[in-house]
Amino acid sequence: MRVVNELTATQTPRGSHGTFDVERIREDFPVLKQQVHGKPLVYLDNAATSQKPQVVIDTITQYYLTVNSNVHRGVHFLSEQATQAYEGARDKVRRFLNAPHTREIIFVRGSTEGINLVAQSYGRTFLKEGDEIIISAMEHHSNIVPWQILCEQIGARLRVIPINDNGEVLLDEYKKLLGERTKLVSVVHVSNVLGTINPVKPIIEMAHSRGVPVLLDGAQAAPHLPVDVQDLDCDFYVFSGHKLFGPTGIGVLYGKAHLLETMPPYQGGGDMIRAVTFEKTLYNVPPYKFEAGTPHIEGVIGLGAAIDYLSGIELERIAAYERELLVYATEVLSSIPGLRMIGTAKEKASVLSFVLDHVHAHDIGTILDQEGVAIRAGHHCAMPLMQRFGVPATARASLAFYNTRTEIGMLVRAIYKVKELFD
Amino acid sequence: MSDLRELYQEIILDHYKRPRNFRKLEGAKGEAEGYNPLCGDKVTVYLELEDDRVRDISFQGSGCAISTASASVMTEYVKGKTRAQAEALFERFHDLVTGKLQTTPDAPELGKLAVFSGVSEYPVRVKCATLAWHTLRAALEGGEEAISTE
Repeated sequence: MRVVNELTATQTPRGSHGTFDVERIREDFPVLKQQVHGKPLVYLDNAATSQKPQVVIDTITQYYLTVNSNVHRGVHFLSEQATQAYEGARDKVRRFLNAPHTREIIFVRGSTEGINLVAQSYGRTFLKEGDEIIISAMEHHSNIVPWQILCEQIGARLRVIPINDNGEVLLDEYKKLLGERTKLVSVVHVSNVLGTINPVKPIIEMAHSRGVPVLLDGAQAAPHLPVDVQDLDCDFYVFSGHKLFGPTGIGVLYGKAHLLETMPPYQGGGDMIRAVTFEKTLYNVPPYKFEAGTPHIEGVIGLGAAIDYLSGIELERIAAYERELLVYATEVLSSIPGLRMIGTAKEKASVLSFVLDHVHAHDIGTILDQEGVAIRAGHHCAMPLMQRFGVPATARASLAFYNTRTEIGMLVRAIYKVKELFD
Repeated sequence: MSDLRELYQEIILDHYKRPRNFRKLEGAKGEAEGYNPLCGDKVTVYLELEDDRVRDISFQGSGCAISTASASVMTEYVKGKTRAQAEALFERFHDLVTGKLQTTPDAPELGKLAVFSGVSEYPVRVKCATLAWHTLRAALEGGEEAISTE
């Protein structure tokens, strides 16, 4: 499509050649150039949501300035342009996940809706009373509650893979849970609290050896690691656009074509039908079968721009830079007396959860904020995990590739201010 | 740091580190549980009433400095008050932490509770400061349901 494609194509992301130039990358993110409470903003809440590069903002603006129209409907010029941009973004997502077919890419509101879709469409059709669904002890509420709702509806049972004190799943225990009754496994790829990168390949292999499909919650993985759904061989994969430097309200469900074809629609409405009479409706094919109503067009196009931007930097280089930053941050945070890291898995993405002796996470969050440092404090929508570690809440600094060592230094200084106030 | 000292006044830090009346009240006549799902703070308020008057009051739970100190100061303050007085005090306190009272001399009855005036500058912390009070109200009313700030 004319304007939108030109725009995303002409703005080459920084640092795409040679060394990883974080200062140049920061230039692409307008929101980072501000002060908070009179201090430079140090944004370390990327696991909650990420900031947006200028090119994503511009692409959305350009869409409304020059293209805005409904997709899949009009015969007119703008509608055709909008449809091309929308379907073009679907193909960008397909390449991003290395999925075989664009019909396997369904646009949803976010990871949460993707999981709910699978629970209600796949789960209610293919699972029955007495069947079991396996999740892990480190799931976000979004990968617990949809299954609990399903279990209540059909009389199925939820089983939970335990984890060790470092925050790693116990594969032996998983093996024991896998049985005749297991009909679905749904686990998080990267934990939003612990940062653990789960051994998803063996998890999937073990499930597949029993013919059990696997869903991966990739909300925290997609922004940090290259994801290849064919290499992983997962049956479903979900992620959210807003954690991937794209807009809020848009996410993706990847599903293997042969599964999507057998699944009934999740919602009814326009666009998901082939023909409607009052007696009977013929449904459209995937992915449209699962996209009822006018979709989040600007969100999809904005997500496409974010994927283009990331591809320009390359996720491998992002992962390498973040790994180095994580090692540094872990080292300096661990050296603070009275600070305990929660989540010390060998394989980790750039999430640092911690607790401080005698100081509640909520107070840490408020004091850090006064120093311009934005972190998350609370249970991170993972209350069962908080119980597992015996803490009511943690403070969590989560890094993106635009964060720097200097910012880690500012985080550490701010933590010392907390200690000064409370000691 | 000066701004933060407005919020984390010495009295608040003192009550956080050494909360008063922090125990279970054996044979309590009134009891209620409060919960803030946003941050996981929990508090249980125990009451012993004599006619219409709070003869004894205590609390237990876990929470941030603001919520723990608020519960602690509250127990000191409410002891000996009538239901109506406690209720009125909560209303004034709520006005204080939500910034509806311009100056604390507007409400001399708040006394030491005025140290929480800094909370009004931090809207997300209002629930921390009022959790114990909401729970007290529930205990006075004798409700069965746990109180949630959400």
